[in-house]
Amino acid sequence: MRRMMKGNDAVSEAAIRAGCRFFSGYPITPQSEIVEYMSWRMDEVGGSFVQSESELSGISMVYGAAACGLRVMGSSSGPGFDLLQEGIGYIVSAELPALIVDVVRYGNGLGEIVPGQSDYWMVVKNGAHGDYHCPVYAPASIQEAVDLVSVAYDKAEQYRNPVIMMYDGAIGQMMEPVVLPEMKEHDPDKFEWSMKGRGGEPQKQITSACYYRHRDPQVYVDNLRTKYRTIEENEQRWESYMADDADLIFVAYGIMSRSCREAITEARKQGLKVGMIRPITLYPYPVKAFETLPENLKGFVSVEMSALGQMVEDVRLAVNGRKPVYNYATGKMIPDTEEFISYMKNVLEGKEESV
Amino acid sequence: MAKDLLTPKLVSELNRFCPGCGHGLIGKIIAQVLEERGVEDRAIQVYAVGCSCLISTVVQADSIQAQHGRAPAVASGVRRARPDAVVYTYQGDGDAAAIGLSESLYAAYRNENYTAIFVNNGVFGMTGGQMAPTTLEGQKTATSIYGRDTSVTGQPFKLAELVAQMPVAYVERCSLTDAKHIAQTKRAIGKAFDNQLAGKGYSFIEILSPCPTNWKMEPVDAYKRLQDIVAGEYKLGVLKDSEEE
Repeated sequence: MRRMMKGNDAVSEAAIRAGCRFFSGYPITPQSEIVEYMSWRMDEVGGSFVQSESELSGISMVYGAAACGLRVMGSSSGPGFDLLQEGIGYIVSAELPALIVDVVRYGNGLGEIVPGQSDYWMVVKNGAHGDYHCPVYAPASIQEAVDLVSVAYDKAEQYRNPVIMMYDGAIGQMMEPVVLPEMKEHDPDKFEWSMKGRGGEPQKQITSACYYRHRDPQVYVDNLRTKYRTIEENEQRWESYMADDADLIFVAYGIMSRSCREAITEARKQGLKVGMIRPITLYPYPVKAFETLPENLKGFVSVEMSALGQMVEDVRLAVNGRKPVYNYATGKMIPDTEEFISYMKNVLEGKEESV
Repeated sequence: MAKDLLTPKLVSELNRFCPGCGHGLIGKIIAQVLEERGVEDRAIQVYAVGCSCLISTVVQADSIQAQHGRAPAVASGVRRARPDAVVYTYQGDGDAAAIGLSESLYAAYRNENYTAIFVNNGVFGMTGGQMAPTTLEGQKTATSIYGRDTSVTGQPFKLAELVAQMPVAYVERCSLTDAKHIAQTKRAIGKAFDNQLAGKGYSFIEILSPCPTNWKMEPVDAYKRLQDIVAGEYKLGVLKDSEEE
């Protein structure tokens, strides 16, 4: 059954239906609907909700419940997401699965409450210290977000690593028709590591300390390398749109990819051969999408809602000097079709400087 | 009682604490209390960062290491995820009273049904004996080399008194100074776990404990200081008992 749902509500319901039974969070725009939804919905399904006194505390509660094998979720935005980093780093290091949602708002510090994509560096390149990554899913529609929630939980458990879903405030706040999955039961006791008391067995430890996890330093290194190389090899997701024969390929994710797609469709009608690669995973970055380049390709454009351009660094790494890369960093604005087409023309006519 | 002298099965033979440190003794008491109630196999201990993190090598219950200061929040998550578990936190004074004060107070404020063990030795132990909120006035530490100047740093921090302002089940301050006080510490910890098992809510036990290494004292002198000086500032006794209100 299709129903109209707000992005944040739909993601919350999808998490519940994937078996999530613990949520702790703190209000912050444009994420607050998740906290509101979970506050009554968890009760209905026999799960637990805590409105925490801070994001620091909230993510710590998520850590505790994750250590007990529950499917758990935390969420925040902007300056609130900064405060989650300590907990995320520990959850990563303790090798526990969890789903963390960043509903991105624009700007630095308190910034603004409007949608943005300026959390890319923090979320994709790690906000906490140490050698780690979190798989990052960047849905472009509410249906895609809902579908990726259960994927995220499966991957989090497969790799014993938290997974982050990052979408901008626009996707969080808007309504779209969506089909929800069936309710799934999750058994917290299915993991040999889940905390419940030792039950006559030897002590189990959930810890992020190297010296308890892998006393041999080389085993520690090998374990991390193997995990993240496996994720990089197997978990890249992207969508290509009219990119096979393009003269110019835009790279865009989330809400920006929707505006970009519309502009490309219109540009094609005008005879401009442009296309798009839409990363669905930001870590691992879909470098495979950049392996085979169209013969006539003149370059790539990273287009994103940030002041400096953040994803453009990953585009450059993926392109690796084979073609020019342009940085269309639009601040908090999403260009309309006309603006996109004018930018395309400028690049194709050599009027834009590559980075 | 002779049976109290036996090492609990839950305690490992390995003890990584310094000679004269109180942590090992507290660990043994916790293990005794859990075993006497037959709940050691459903115990989950949540410890954090500092010397207290070595407790999991002494008390061999299922253990989760929280971030520095966040054990109360982690335990709050565990409490909800595992309603049948016997949950307790184990934290030092730097951990619970400095960086984790907010988490400590909010767990008490929610009257979480778990047991909080708070070890007060007046310094940041593992990092080399820096000043903690609990450091006494005039006490020399690695970051107060002329003695703690309370006109600048504030007075010794009374976490138990603060927790007692919250709607919790039980708050008591104990000490390890001698056999009599150790026995009282065990009674207090026992009561705290009994409260949890009866669903009465949050119990907080502060334990004055010596740190001979960072106090730069022989263990015997450290225990004497605990009795003569520390217990003078931090008054022992029951600060809150919801049953008697």
